[in-house]
Amino acid sequence: MRILAVLEQRSGQWNRMSFETLAAAQQMAQELGVTACAAVLGQGIEALAGELASKRLERVYAVEHELLQHYTPDAYCVALGQLVARFHPDLLLFPHTYQVRDFLPKLATALHRVAVSDVVAHRIDGGQVVLVRQLFQGKVNAGVRFAGEGPHFASLQAGAYRADRMIAGTATVEVFEPSIAPAQIRTVPLERFRESQRAVDLGTAEIIVSVGRGIKEADNIALVQKLADALGGELAASRPICDAGWLPMERQVGSSGQTVAPKLYIAVGISGAIQHLVGMKGSRTVVAINKDADAPIFEVADYGIVGDLFQVVPELIAALQKVK
Amino acid sequence: MKIVVAIKQVPARDSQLRIASSGKWIEEADLSYEINEPDAYALEAGLQLKERNGGEVVALCAGPARAAQTIREALAKGADRAIHIEEDLAAFDPLAAARLLAAAVKGEGADLILTGLQSDDLGYGQTGVILAELLGMPHATLIMQVEKSAGGIRVKRELEDGWFQHVEMPLPALLTIQSGISKLRYATLMGIKKAKSKEVRRVTAESLGVAAAASSVVLERIYLPERNKRTQLFGGSPKEAAAQLVEKLKFEARAI
Repeated sequence: MRILAVLEQRSGQWNRMSFETLAAAQQMAQELGVTACAAVLGQGIEALAGELASKRLERVYAVEHELLQHYTPDAYCVALGQLVARFHPDLLLFPHTYQVRDFLPKLATALHRVAVSDVVAHRIDGGQVVLVRQLFQGKVNAGVRFAGEGPHFASLQAGAYRADRMIAGTATVEVFEPSIAPAQIRTVPLERFRESQRAVDLGTAEIIVSVGRGIKEADNIALVQKLADALGGELAASRPICDAGWLPMERQVGSSGQTVAPKLYIAVGISGAIQHLVGMKGSRTVVAINKDADAPIFEVADYGIVGDLFQVVPELIAALQKVK
Repeated sequence: MKIVVAIKQVPARDSQLRIASSGKWIEEADLSYEINEPDAYALEAGLQLKERNGGEVVALCAGPARAAQTIREALAKGADRAIHIEEDLAAFDPLAAARLLAAAVKGEGADLILTGLQSDDLGYGQTGVILAELLGMPHATLIMQVEKSAGGIRVKRELEDGWFQHVEMPLPALLTIQSGISKLRYATLMGIKKAKSKEVRRVTAESLGVAAAASSVVLERIYLPERNKRTQLFGGSPKEAAAQLVEKLKFEARAI
């Protein structure tokens, strides 16, 4: 059994989630009594791959090709397909990044497999890996195992494994040069860009009051703003609120927005979809106000009120004003 | 431009879910269903593209008989016709589901296939990309904008952390559409009336010649997550609950 962690870099910079995947691969390898390898794709990445020489890994593959300089799903799948054919890993682990979501299903399909995406945990059962993933926006968990011959594929949710659990050691770095023809690449990626400079940095806020779908209408956001003001905190939101244009995108917390870790995070009318939770679960104290007692936000909340936010929030503002 | 939009019917977002006695799926008896919200945005993107460039929008949906309601709504919003693959998808993995979709769409000669970025029930976020691979089409995911260009299309793709990227590709192609990129339209009364006479082609796995294949993943069981963290809940009237919360925040968590 060979486990391969496929790591992500762009322009010579690691995607930090890569190290969570590396730590997970090491952990599973240890539990199964096997060794883990790692791979990174790009052009001129030998030095970057060399940074992994101090980790406990059997081997690090630097997958080098000029056509891997800019990410395309076609070139990545060709290269990884050849790496798999050459070294026969049984289980490939990936960070569940936007890039991985773009190419992993294609790679797995080309090899007649189903990738298990967005894994939050695992256990070993009878020498086999059982992966846990979430269904129904985090309301239900599913245990999934692989059947038949490898290679098998899984992507790991941000924050599911801890990068600081990486095990030090030594590893040999090996350059692997896939053969990729320009004609195999059908899409042309252009420059990356940002639309505007951020005016609000939620990352430094000590107190954040965040609002979600439960607020129902744009006009009702004023109520939550009042709560933020009463606490001297910043107002933030889950994705649907920003999508609707009720608050600017820069106030969005979650996988496609900002990641925050304030002293106090109050989630108002937010059910707690996975995409939101990964952006805020590092907060020190989390309060949830939601009418649905089964909402996943209560999974991460220290304190909660199950009730109608339109009744609870005004009372909360009044109570805060009293203790000031 | 001939556009196929793959849509799925899922339990309504605020459903109270119970695990079925099989332990493999949820109890479906008293659930209400709706269009998978990300797919509603894909349909909207398809309808807008047709309004700009002309052509046809075909709604493609795999699901049991009840999915006919979601198909009718897509037709009422403006899809020209539909294909209903009448199969219960709960047991399907995304590759098996995409095989059905691929077989149903093969003869359509679509220029563009659109779908949502993920489903709200299984949440694999893979069906679109798998479908592209099965059909041998290029793809791009998390798309915010689609423009026709000389050689095909130019799309705006969302990356992490507020970054975007344009990608150019030839047609035919498959795109998964990012949610929230435009306002969703409502069906008009006229649309609802017209939908009744629009064509719905009904097929099954058998009529499509798609045989069940062994999957490389097996669902062991589904279960409600155990609470890892004990949330202190405050009851009573809203006023009492708020007072208790403030007390705890001040003296226990020392967060205010």
